[in-house]
Amino acid sequence: MDIVKELTKDQIRTDLPKLEVGSTVKVHVKVKEGNRERIQVFEGTIIKIQHGGIQQTFTVRRISYGTGVERTFPVNSPKIDKIEVVRKGKIRRARLFYLRDRVGKAAKVKERL
Amino acid sequence: MKKAILGKKLGMTQLFDENGVLIPVTVIEAGPCRVTQKKTVENDGYEAVQIGFGEKKEKHTTKPMQGHFKKAGTAYMKYLKEFKLDGAADLNVGDEIKADVFAEGEMIDVTGITKGKGYAGTIKRWGTHRGPMTHGSGYHRGPGSLGACSTPSRVMKGKKLAGHLGVEKVTIQNLKVVKIDAEKNVIAIKGAVPGPKGGMVIIKDSVKA
Repeated sequence: MDIVKELTKDQIRTDLPKLEVGSTVKVHVKVKEGNRERIQVFEGTIIKIQHGGIQQTFTVRRISYGTGVERTFPVNSPKIDKIEVVRKGKIRRARLFYLRDRVGKAAKVKERL
Repeated sequence: MKKAILGKKLGMTQLFDENGVLIPVTVIEAGPCRVTQKKTVENDGYEAVQIGFGEKKEKHTTKPMQGHFKKAGTAYMKYLKEFKLDGAADLNVGDEIKADVFAEGEMIDVTGITKGKGYAGTIKRWGTHRGPMTHGSGYHRGPGSLGACSTPSRVMKGKKLAGHLGVEKVTIQNLKVVKIDAEKNVIAIKGAVPGPKGGMVIIKDSVKA
């Protein structure tokens, strides 16, 4: 195995569920306030997964108080407590950037049953 | 200089630190190096050790160098460098120097030969500004004025102009050792290091530390 990849092997997380584009997920993020730590939940649709071993990231989009909010998380970050997959989406492309131009019901991804 | 080691740049990646922050690291295969020669005050007038790294085939080693390696009792090595180490007197010919001479969290200096860029203009080589690309300027990436006219009626020495860029020995100071794998002789250093992948680098303890 590649020495560079092997160095990062023990930091790659295997405890998380399989992430797929179009899925609605709840990301539990550890937030530090002073010396207290609490968990913050960010729920939304995965619109992008950027692969790359330890550098893998995913972007979650949600509508918060009428404004679109996107957050990109490193998958292997120790700051992520857990990820819940709420539902899977029926999609036809790898990047769901078209959701940015849509509002209301049109901005929804159909559920894959 | 307390310690030094030769290594090979393997590439870059990222690692999470204890706070969960993703930091960029350069991975270097450092050592195992062998001491091939010892310079002493009696013999050479100063104290130093010559360190070798890398493998080399016999057919690529000249006969005088083959004799040098045979005297040291080591394999044929690709790179040889001399270091005036503080503890040079304690090291003996044939001693092995491994990546674990450095520790995690230590500050180091890394020297390498930068990538060659060929004949480069002033924008790439010196970071000068560019002219307007539109509005009929007709002056895009040129070096600008070279100086005054009849006085001094020559171009001043050291004027920043186009020329060869890269393939130059560069030292980056005060880099942090993020991770060490003593078994595989691998060091991960925060930030970038001069040279291409596979290039030889010299790692020394930081002069600024």
